[in-house]
Amino acid sequence: MTDAVQRQKDDLSQLNNDYATRYGFHDPVDYFHKGARGISHEVVEMISKMKNEPRWMAEIRHHALDVFNSKPTPRWGNTKLLNEIVYENIYYFMKPIEQQGKSWDDVPEYIRRTFDKLGIPEAEKNFLGGVSAQYESEVVYHSMREDLTKKGVVFLDMDAGLREYPEIIKKYFGTVIPTDDNKFAALNTAVWSGGSFIYVPPGVDVAVPLQAYFRINAENMGQFERTLIIADKGARVHYIEGCTAPVYSTDSLHSAVVELIALEDSYIRYTTIQNWARNIYNLVTKRATAHKNATVEWVDGNLGSRLTMKYPCIQLVGEGARGEILSVAFAGQDQHQDAGAKVIHAAPNTSSRITSKSISKDNGRASYRGLAKIHKNATNSKISVECDALLIGEDARSDTYPTMEIDNDQVRVEHEARVSKVAEEQLFYLTSRGLTEDDARLLIVNGFMEPFTKELPLEYAVELNRLIELEMEGSIG
Amino acid sequence: MSDKKPLLSFNDVHVEVEGKEVVRGVTLTINAGETHAIMGPNGSGKSSLSQALMGHPSYAITRGEAFLKGESILDMDPDERSRAGLFLAFQYPLAIPGVTVANFMRSALQSHRGKDADMSDFRKLFKAEMNALGIDHVFATRYLNEGFSGGEKKRIEILQMAMLQPSVAILDETDSGLDIDALKTVAEGINRFHNDNNGILLVTHYQRLLNYVKPDYVHVMKAGHLVKSGGPELALELEDRGYDWVVGEEENQKVEV
Ligand SMILES: Nc1ncnc2c1ncn2[C@@H]1O[C@H](COP(=O)(O)OP(=O)(O)O)[C@@H](O)[C@H]1O
Ligand SMILES: [Mg+2]
Repeated sequence: MTDAVQRQKDDLSQLNNDYATRYGFHDPVDYFHKGARGISHEVVEMISKMKNEPRWMAEIRHHALDVFNSKPTPRWGNTKLLNEIVYENIYYFMKPIEQQGKSWDDVPEYIRRTFDKLGIPEAEKNFLGGVSAQYESEVVYHSMREDLTKKGVVFLDMDAGLREYPEIIKKYFGTVIPTDDNKFAALNTAVWSGGSFIYVPPGVDVAVPLQAYFRINAENMGQFERTLIIADKGARVHYIEGCTAPVYSTDSLHSAVVELIALEDSYIRYTTIQNWARNIYNLVTKRATAHKNATVEWVDGNLGSRLTMKYPCIQLVGEGARGEILSVAFAGQDQHQDAGAKVIHAAPNTSSRITSKSISKDNGRASYRGLAKIHKNATNSKISVECDALLIGEDARSDTYPTMEIDNDQVRVEHEARVSKVAEEQLFYLTSRGLTEDDARLLIVNGFMEPFTKELPLEYAVELNRLIELEMEGSIG
Repeated sequence: MSDKKPLLSFNDVHVEVEGKEVVRGVTLTINAGETHAIMGPNGSGKSSLSQALMGHPSYAITRGEAFLKGESILDMDPDERSRAGLFLAFQYPLAIPGVTVANFMRSALQSHRGKDADMSDFRKLFKAEMNALGIDHVFATRYLNEGFSGGEKKRIEILQMAMLQPSVAILDETDSGLDIDALKTVAEGINRFHNDNNGILLVTHYQRLLNYVKPDYVHVMKAGHLVKSGGPELALELEDRGYDWVVGEEENQKVEV
């Protein structure tokens, strides 16, 4: 680690605050529109009307609501917690302000302060190519560097995307994740609002990351952002998403749908750091389609929440396509991280790599749920899956549910799973050099996460280490 | 005699591991400026004594007392003992995946200096010590002991000692796994570290390190007892004649130094 990282780490550790003060605060907001609790065709119609959407989208929504209502709750994952969700109790749409800001000065003071505290404007200045900041259901601030606009890069919130590029959205929306894929994807499709729409024209390399930040502020809020990213032939883009919410006593729901389309020879990396408060249900469907010689990478970090169920997926549909999924999950007291990855090889010479790292502490539970599928035609394909679980304390739990469906025998499949404990001997070695036991444990945990952390932009690596430190102190929630 | 300053002294120390007593009443005082060597056959309890002194939870000191610079260390945790000035170079250093040598070293030094202490000299210091020990700078960014050869691990142990500047360093089989050149560099490192204000306890099976690091006193350990003590010449005698001739008649004797 360089001194610069260390210095930032030092600075951050001076902050001496915990989740509750750093992310867990909530603003007394005067909402432009705060709907009623519960979901119905009226609510769906209202959302669509307020957004002035084309009729075809309204129809997709209404159909999705029917699918949602008819689909049973999944009978896997954590069914006990899933069955505790009270859908009637949730607000499905809240519009914080009437008009989106183009500069931070346009954003109301109390919301701006929130994003200030989260460090978004700072990061924007320093290293981002574009920023989108969503508060409850809608994006309240949006900007992109002019040079990128000139190159034809489109980075809008999804609502604006639909207004300005209805053809592209009509062509791709729901093609990677169909409405009836699962109950939560259907729910999202019915009430989606906000999220990001990105289109990168052929051959354009967006060298700096584009970032969206999703913030839930209100109690019992449901956030259903919808993201669609299309990299045209030979294009390259890195998108980063961060999420937080305040600490409330009752539950909120975050159920996003993210669709990525990587056309021939293109590259998409999607980095997420989710750090939800402990009363959030985080049920997200993320899937990518990689065409000929395209590369898709999911870098997916899951902290916080009560229950997370999320399995980023890559469908390798073109010859020579590559996929990589790197996922980490931290399950602390009373949390269940049911995370994993799916790769589907549907063309020859495709390759994929899944690396999953989980940490369970106290009575926390981390599950890896994975699917690796190789279709008949996917000759000469390669899959490698590596799952690593670290347990801290006697009550911590980790499970692995890997599924392999291999229909072609000219392929190479590697699977490795390990469960380890923070070893007494390692702790003794480090403490014998003067580190306190807590510091020693934190160092071991950070080391365990290193293969993930080193894939993050510097600022996020520092932030992630800081978050893990907070988790280790048990000061969250 | 009276101007000798005891740094580490322990008296009638018994150590139990897995319910078995493996050190059975050992007494020794290391004064400032002194180098002691404990030699003995495999399984005689040398490492157990070293681990117990450093505070390993599995090696319990069931009887006796131990003092570092006049303060009892028995109620101290390993990190407190370290910060109080005790150091143990492990016979089998552990790998810590994902943690670079530099990052680890920095955290260790920071914990010695205090959380808010200035660390701006760290890089310079660290590089200088690596150079002195002939350690390639790439090791700074490698993960601690992961995939290191036996000799590399030992050098890194000595690097840690040099960085932390303890009052007393216990070096457990630091010579094992070293080729002759590495042995010389490591010995130089130990000699460079040693001065009138610190003490060294060399724990070793062979006397070859003692050709390069001259002990003031040599003690022989057998079956959990120090059975004989003498000057550096004792090491040579052991080299010639093995351990068998040293018999247990002096068992339990208090070693005078
Ligand atoms: N962790 C342990 N568990 C069980 N027995 C141990 C352990 N460590 C050491 N011993 C036993 O204690 C005795 C002394 O071992 P040790 O201190 O390693 O000797 P030396 O370092 O002199 O070779 C041996 O009988 C050894 O088997
Ligand atoms: Mg030994």
